[in-house]
Amino acid sequence: MPVTIPEKEKPCIEIKDLNFSYNNNVVLENISFTVKTGEYLGVIGPNGGGKTTLIKIILGLLQPQSGTVKIFGTDINAFAEKALIGYVPQRVSQDIAQFPATVEEVVQSGRTARLGIFKQYGPPDALMIDNAMSIADVTHIRSKRIDELSGGERQRVFIARALAGEPKILILDEPSVGVDITAQERFYAFMEKLNHEYGLTILFVSHDIDVVAHEVKCLLCLNKHLVCHGAPREFMTEAYLEKLYGKKIKFVIHGH
Amino acid sequence: MLEIFQYDFMIRAFIAGIAVAIIAPLIGTFLVVRRYSLMADTLAHVALLGVAIGFLLHIHPLLTAVITSVGAGLGMEKLRKHKKLSGDSILALFLSGSLAIAVVLISVSRGFTVNLFSFLFGSIATVSVSDLYFIVALGLISVLTILGFYKELFLVSLDDEIAKANGIHTDVFNGIIVVLAALSVSLAIKIVGALLIGALMVIPVIAALQWRRGFLQTMLMALAISLTSVISGLIVSYFFGWASGGTIVIITISIFLCSLLFGKTKKT
Repeated sequence: MPVTIPEKEKPCIEIKDLNFSYNNNVVLENISFTVKTGEYLGVIGPNGGGKTTLIKIILGLLQPQSGTVKIFGTDINAFAEKALIGYVPQRVSQDIAQFPATVEEVVQSGRTARLGIFKQYGPPDALMIDNAMSIADVTHIRSKRIDELSGGERQRVFIARALAGEPKILILDEPSVGVDITAQERFYAFMEKLNHEYGLTILFVSHDIDVVAHEVKCLLCLNKHLVCHGAPREFMTEAYLEKLYGKKIKFVIHGH
Repeated sequence: MLEIFQYDFMIRAFIAGIAVAIIAPLIGTFLVVRRYSLMADTLAHVALLGVAIGFLLHIHPLLTAVITSVGAGLGMEKLRKHKKLSGDSILALFLSGSLAIAVVLISVSRGFTVNLFSFLFGSIATVSVSDLYFIVALGLISVLTILGFYKELFLVSLDDEIAKANGIHTDVFNGIIVVLAALSVSLAIKIVGALLIGALMVIPVIAALQWRRGFLQTMLMALAISLTSVISGLIVSYFFGWASGGTIVIITISIFLCSLLFGKTKKT
């Protein structure tokens, strides 16, 4: 039974009765929840629990068999302002690593969707790009190639890329994978700042339950079903965990 | 030196050569960074099939080359998207398949075997006025398309999924890249020949990559390398009577080797 906290702010992401199967394997079943504007939400769960699938459905990259996703009250498939959603994918640290582009070129590409077809980059874009690089602290490496960066640096570049599009929502998939502990701590402090100072609604996915639970204000636990949804302290006690998650989640905690 | 411009066919060769030298590395950059390098070669063989069809039906061979390679390019993209076959097997299938059909068509039609050699290895002396119009017009369209969609093509090449999440119609832009590749292959067939087109689209780009610059700078360097190779290659081939396509590609490879020796090594 999901634990919910009282809602005050207006809804930002609304998920209703979501079902998704892949080759007849049920990945997500009857998922419903709401993310309020300004929320800082961590999505946790075991590998194969459907976290990445959920994110891709929210972004409109996958179509669910049934159910709806609404962004600011509009169905995702009709939502025209995709630039409002900044997306930092999981693969950032691997595949893109070979691409011959500078940090500045990658961050600049965050303006592409906002500008629209045939429009060229102008001074207002340059300002947003500089701004985004400064917030993500990558200005000093702006002319470096992305394949010369550390995992943590590259991740900040792709967050800067997302920020350059002036998003209202930031969605990150497994942002701490391939990043060392110091960079991880810096990363969570940075997320906190984006949420607190810049008012961004943040949703990120991680399999790292202990770290996430200490960082986010709100936790969503996913294992095919929505196992829990609420403030971490509400169910981070041993007894509560046992009761809510059962053996599957316990395995994840002990795995670290 | 300037005497080579006394001949109309050399002037035509130079204009066509420069047009091809501009388009090939621009598209080539997108193919190389997406690990599609072999697509140029496959499309070239498909274009050869188009040439054979043109001769058989008595239609302008460049026109049939463009139609056949664009059609095949879109077909390959569709197969790749539906993931029924892996990328490299699709390329192998189209490469040998189109060559097989081309060979049969050529044997049936008889009599254009002399011409065939010029399409395989390029023959600048055979660039006709109508070829020239074709090459310049489609070349211009290609360059304008790349300029107009540069930021979208960059994003789609950088990461297809991010582009899609940003609401970019990735299918359209992936299609545009394939169509442009097919166009430039068809246009280059007279200058460097079907067997060597891949070299002109890929080698200037991998030479430029050795200098480890950003995306735009790599593209511009590839453009400079390609222009240098084609212009000097045409001059050398004229004075020594060498095959134009081979000469151009040998110069490109020389520049690549220099870049490999003197370029930057990766900092880690």
